[in-house]
Amino acid sequence: MKFMLDFTDTGAINMRIAVLSGKGGTGKTLVSVNLAAVLKESIYIDCDVEEPNGHLFFKPEGVREEEISVKIPIVDKELCNGCRKCVDFCKFNALAYINNQLIVFDEVCHSCGGCILVCPEKALTEKEKVIGKVQKGTSEQVDIYTGILNTGESTGVPIIKKLLEENLQANKQTIIDCPPGSACVVMESIKDADYCVLVAEPTLFGVHNLNMVYDLVKLFNKPFGVVLNKCLEEENPAEKFCLENNIKILGHIPFDNELGTLNSNAEIAVYKDKKYRDMFSSLLKTVKKEVQHETTTNS
Amino acid sequence: MKIAIPVDEKTLESNVCVSFGRTPYFLIYDVETKESIFIDNSAATSTGGAGIKAAQIIVDNKANVLLTPRLGKNATDVLKPAKIKIYKTTTTSAKNNIDAFIADKLALLDEIHAGFHGHGGN
Amino acid sequence: MKQLLILSGKGGTGKTTIASAFIKLADAKAYADCDVDAPNLHLITEWNHEPKKTDYYGLEKAKINEELCIECDQCRQNCRFDAISINEKYTVDPYACEGCSVCEYICPVEAITMTPAVDGDLMLYSDRKKVFSTGQLKMGSGTSGLLVTEVKNQMKEAAVDAELAIIDGSPGIGCPVIASLSGVDMVLIVAEPSISGISDMERIINTAANFETKIAVCINKYDTNNENTETIEGFCQKHGLPFVGKIPFDSGAVKAINNGQTIVDIDCTSGTAVKEVYHKTINLLFEKGGG
Repeated sequence: MKFMLDFTDTGAINMRIAVLSGKGGTGKTLVSVNLAAVLKESIYIDCDVEEPNGHLFFKPEGVREEEISVKIPIVDKELCNGCRKCVDFCKFNALAYINNQLIVFDEVCHSCGGCILVCPEKALTEKEKVIGKVQKGTSEQVDIYTGILNTGESTGVPIIKKLLEENLQANKQTIIDCPPGSACVVMESIKDADYCVLVAEPTLFGVHNLNMVYDLVKLFNKPFGVVLNKCLEEENPAEKFCLENNIKILGHIPFDNELGTLNSNAEIAVYKDKKYRDMFSSLLKTVKKEVQHETTTNS
Repeated sequence: MKIAIPVDEKTLESNVCVSFGRTPYFLIYDVETKESIFIDNSAATSTGGAGIKAAQIIVDNKANVLLTPRLGKNATDVLKPAKIKIYKTTTTSAKNNIDAFIADKLALLDEIHAGFHGHGGN
Repeated sequence: MKQLLILSGKGGTGKTTIASAFIKLADAKAYADCDVDAPNLHLITEWNHEPKKTDYYGLEKAKINEELCIECDQCRQNCRFDAISINEKYTVDPYACEGCSVCEYICPVEAITMTPAVDGDLMLYSDRKKVFSTGQLKMGSGTSGLLVTEVKNQMKEAAVDAELAIIDGSPGIGCPVIASLSGVDMVLIVAEPSISGISDMERIINTAANFETKIAVCINKYDTNNENTETIEGFCQKHGLPFVGKIPFDSGAVKAINNGQTIVDIDCTSGTAVKEVYHKTINLLFEKGGG
């Protein structure tokens, strides 16, 4: 409770914190899930729609589902005169004209609406195609939003858009668990974030990929800091990278077999042991201070 | 009858290309006139839907038969309504496959794979 | 050429660590890194010269000529990807633009043209004995699938004589994974014994099952959770998936990788275990018969 009071005392606005990493497996979900849990009243959004994992930890109840669909063209055969303007226009090759019939390839279509515009006979209209879903549930006082992309679909961007749109006016702290990498799905996930927490592991690969998301958050002008995870006694190449580039280090999570086991069993560490509750509370406090600092310097 | 084959080079002696959608060229061989023409496959550089575009090219060039080592579902969905028969190539040389087809030694291609966007996945 | 692809579903399970060990053990003449979003394989392979770099062009992006623009707003209203905005003048966000060309079509004064855009790099390391193909996608790009295809093609063209090609894949189940699956002879799935890892493994197996390819599973860091390891082995047995071995968690592995070496370059427990996984996998790959 102490931290809730600190927070409202400083009159902070609700913040949206995105947790990302570049490399997979560094601990994004570990950090996001535990930050959301230690906040007590919060919203946890899983934007890793290809491989969502947060819900496995929270085991949300009262889950409601909403299907997410995209618009796909359909043709009115009576009106189609075979001019093939749509086939020629489509940059994604989603249309073919065979045996006097127009065929639409749903999975390849990017839903740009172009073919509908170019058709001189107004023979094309749009129908909805389901590509995945958004699940909303609760666990204790955390609202859990999970995005799930159906296997075989190529892009989760529309699902991420829906997840974030729904929560734009939220009156609770929001933690956004991002996908790995730095491609379009990651960009979409951090678009409206107030602050980015980059999770890094002390390996050669980890630093290489940290560099990539570092470039990404700078490109988007997002304030950010780094959490060093799985820290060992030896020299930490990720820490070295942060020091060399004047990057704020938010905290160190030591390599810890017990924490690893809890995590591999999808248990929320802060609920299991006071030492983890303290560790993540401390991390949260540091993050809040950083966000405060950003909002005051930018206002 | 016209036979289409995806090929790596613009010669009859060329190897058959392992990918249909992104083959650099198509060989269209006319069985009656024994003439060969080579078409550039504009689908090869597409960022998506290559199989669809390549299949449309085959259809537009009035091929009756396609000889290929493998074929994705998207391309199949274009070729089937066009009533183009699809056979599985057995050797690497385009010429050998044409000869084998004419001698009725090739089998129909049965296994269609899901291709780039997993149509038919759950 | 037989192609072996290494995937995982979940990130961080050890694809690159294992792929690099396989490459060393096989003395592979052809290998590729298809994790074009975050390539890592080049960090532990030994090449002492720079690769040949080629620009990779993805989709064309829209460009607005401000001198012709009459600010009618038709482009912005019709863009389904929120890529056009007004900042003093109408501009296209190249990260959001998907290259559909609707804006070019709809502009009444032809102020918009689709222009080629470099979306990343293709890189090829080669000498007389072997080739290594990799690529790096530009941030925020949406055309990873095509770059993956080009990385594979580049490898195949440069290494015509190689018997075996080893491909390090990317995490997830989306576009780049699907593109990497096309045409490979076998997929080795590296699983992690955690609840998240199991969930992700099932999704990637589901995705890979749609392709005409052999699938095998191994477990990395298996002793971090023996119970989950048993669950995975049971799953493989139930679904008739060959289980090719398990590798223990090994801090020696981290040391090796951080020194730019593979786990079979030094003496460590994971290095010993990966040799068995390697032999079982290769035997399966070259075995006659269906997948």
